[in-house]
Amino acid sequence: MTVSLENVTVRLGRGSDARVAIDCMTLDFESGEQVAIIGPSGAGKTTLLHTLACAHEPASGTLLIDGLNPWTMNDADRHRQRGRAFLAPQAPPLPPRQRVITAVLAGRLPQQSTWQALRSLVYPLDAAAARDALAAFKLEDKLTLRCDRLSGGERQRVGLARMLLSNAPLILLDEPVSALDPVLGAAALETAQIAARQGNATLVVSLHDVNLARHRFQRLIGVREGRVQFDLRSELVTDELLAGLYGAELTLAVSELTLPDVDNPAPKMTRCF
Amino acid sequence: MHADSQHWRDPAWSGRLTLFLVSLLILLPTGYFAEFNPLVLLDKNSLRTSGHFLATFLPPAHSSEFLRLAAAAAWKTVAIATVGIFFALLIAVPLAIIANQALSISKIGRDRLCTLCQSFRYAIRWLLIALRSIPELVWALLFVRAVGLGDTAGVMAIALTYGGMLGKVFIEIFESSEPEATRALLRNGAGRMQAFFYGTLPACLPELVSYTVYRWECAIRASVIMGFVGAGGLGQQMELSMRMLAGAEVFTFLAIFVILVWIADLISRELRRILD
Repeated sequence: MTVSLENVTVRLGRGSDARVAIDCMTLDFESGEQVAIIGPSGAGKTTLLHTLACAHEPASGTLLIDGLNPWTMNDADRHRQRGRAFLAPQAPPLPPRQRVITAVLAGRLPQQSTWQALRSLVYPLDAAAARDALAAFKLEDKLTLRCDRLSGGERQRVGLARMLLSNAPLILLDEPVSALDPVLGAAALETAQIAARQGNATLVVSLHDVNLARHRFQRLIGVREGRVQFDLRSELVTDELLAGLYGAELTLAVSELTLPDVDNPAPKMTRCF
Repeated sequence: MHADSQHWRDPAWSGRLTLFLVSLLILLPTGYFAEFNPLVLLDKNSLRTSGHFLATFLPPAHSSEFLRLAAAAAWKTVAIATVGIFFALLIAVPLAIIANQALSISKIGRDRLCTLCQSFRYAIRWLLIALRSIPELVWALLFVRAVGLGDTAGVMAIALTYGGMLGKVFIEIFESSEPEATRALLRNGAGRMQAFFYGTLPACLPELVSYTVYRWECAIRASVIMGFVGAGGLGQQMELSMRMLAGAEVFTFLAIFVILVWIADLISRELRRILD
């Protein structure tokens, strides 16, 4: 699936709270391409992924998916387009009492009729697929556990397992390995990348870990304050460019840089424990 | 500071005093207009009458024949309440799902809602208000006219009033639950009903269940009251006993009410435990 942004600006909030999260971005993603988005916290990485998933309407500019603008479609067609993209939030909001198998099978929902979805709640329709997806992220023993029994890293991997069931031609992962240790994180990212390649899906991943991004992706997009700072093949991304991206005050050797995860706190559970 | 400590006054004190006086000012006139006078209870005549009636309460009626009758009446009351709540759910659940803004697909990514959908949601809220603003007793009297004396009138009355109540509270439970799971599913292209069953419902189910069981308990009481105007069950039997000033029987019926409510409480607790 090809995706392109043409001078896209996205505003978040309303009235006096409104702020520009994406500022006149122009980007192209080829079909089957794998791209990492890096940048400091609050740079607009999440908003960019949401925009690609048709979850934010651009205030100006054009988003084209396979050459079509979803925001000129009617609600039903646009929603069908959403079903062809899979967006994994950084901390997947899984209902606390839901079992892991149900949460993973929810990745199939856009391809299912309401009737099939209900039937699958009565008795899981494709438990084997759910188990395989979990096994790909070393979670097969959690199949029938409740989601609130999972650790943050396990929740994140359940979100990725859901991706394997989505069969979406556009996969958008928001900080997919932020709660995982480096080894497990690299393995999980590799699994996701292999799955995307096999399904010939376009993969866009936002990452805090610059080394991981450089190591695992051929194209890096640096985003700062809602703008594209650079869009280069990863071997052309120099330490100076990265220092500029993360701010001049950065004295740390950028090659050792792994920024702590500060802009995404644990999911808020106000009730229903 | 130490010297002042004796003269220190709690700054909240004047506010507290005002609140107390204002409540008194509101309560006294309403009590006057309600013609509430507890002294009539202490009037010699009423003391004697209620004394006699209360004296007949003990021992409660417990002949096996009467207990069989009471059990059959209690079963009927429970049946009316249960069928009534079932139909109330058939009204409340679909309306609450439709009125739930979090399931709006046209809203994703945009601030504005389509005016037509929005006015449709308002219309549903008004329908629910209309349903529950008419007390079940009044519905029952209306249905007694339409379908005649009997249990059907009671069932329909409970279905309509409780449909309105359940619908209103269901909407509030949906709206106050954590919306992110539902939103994430919608963003990924799931349909409204799919997002409801995979995102909203698992988050809300225990609250929905315990509120429904509580309303079922209320419906048992309501079906007793409607028994007084012609629906069957405990209310009908109790009215007969009251009319005959058979205190012992009344006492047994009251005991049965307490037991029914206790059972409802047990069921609610057990269901919550299972769901958790």
